[in-house]
Amino acid sequence: MLSPGTTAPDFELFSGPKEKMTLTQWKGKRVILVFYPADWSPVCGDQLALYNEVNNYFKNLNAQVIGISVDGKWCHTSYREQRNLDFPLLADFEPKGKVSKAYGVYNDQEGQSERALFVLDEDGVIQWSYLSDRGVNPGADGIMSALEKMEKEKTI
Amino acid sequence: MPLAIPVSNLDHTWGNSKAAIELVEYGDFQCPHCGRAYPLVKELKYTFKDSIKLVFRHFPLTRVHPQAMAAAVAAEAAAVQDKFWEMHDMLFDNQAYLNIESLLSYAETIGLDIAKFTDDLQDSSLHDKVENDFMGGMRSGVNGTPTFFVNGERYEGSWEGDNLARYIEEQFGVKQ
Repeated sequence: MLSPGTTAPDFELFSGPKEKMTLTQWKGKRVILVFYPADWSPVCGDQLALYNEVNNYFKNLNAQVIGISVDGKWCHTSYREQRNLDFPLLADFEPKGKVSKAYGVYNDQEGQSERALFVLDEDGVIQWSYLSDRGVNPGADGIMSALEKMEKEKTI
Repeated sequence: MPLAIPVSNLDHTWGNSKAAIELVEYGDFQCPHCGRAYPLVKELKYTFKDSIKLVFRHFPLTRVHPQAMAAAVAAEAAAVQDKFWEMHDMLFDNQAYLNIESLLSYAETIGLDIAKFTDDLQDSSLHDKVENDFMGGMRSGVNGTPTFFVNGERYEGSWEGDNLARYIEEQFGVKQ
């Protein structure tokens, strides 16, 4: 798993049926990368629902949430619609798990991403990362603390 | 993970204020899991009587549960008239019906001053109180509902069936 201080590898992945998204397009914003095993599984649902709820607080701290799993773009599209998610879900689908592997959070046995969080600064450098147990929702507290720390250091 | 904000007189508490056992629930009135936990929590009152104090804090997931915020504010508005727990019970007893007409009828059933209740529903400070509960919960590692804290420490086990009651009994040696 990539550690803080590392520049986050760029990627280009489908964010919808036709649209693609890169990491570099978010330069100037803080980015919260949320790797998770699968759409529709109960724990992920709660985790993403929580980030959806806290999204306004994230936005106030100039941060953009991006979810990534190996599910395909159509699966993501219908999942986002059904759950009213306000942030993009990227399909690490072809070649499967390529981005998850680049971040060191791919589980070969399950063929899914691990449940992992990365908080990047405005220049795309990883400032905080966290690997959760697959079955455990890591909550939002760690992300908030990381963002607040970055905010504090900025003002010094 | 411990509770970020300790229980204070700003909280809605039920039972003996000096009880040895303090159970905090972070809940959402429109959350079906909370609805299922509700009778189990209620039973703890009768099981542990004077040994337990219950605390309810709001953790509405409003994007999944569009009526959760209004319901939480309704409970706060009832609290202004000292009837938080009466409204809490009404909301969980009638979880499928949380529109404004229903909220008003519950207010009437529990004997609230309706004009005052209607005014208070618009009070932004009550809305803020719900949000503060949510933020405090988030900072305590609450990641969904219901989440329980026993004497300030997060309860990680299952709350289903009599698991929570058994845990409390083991921790405190209180006889059921």
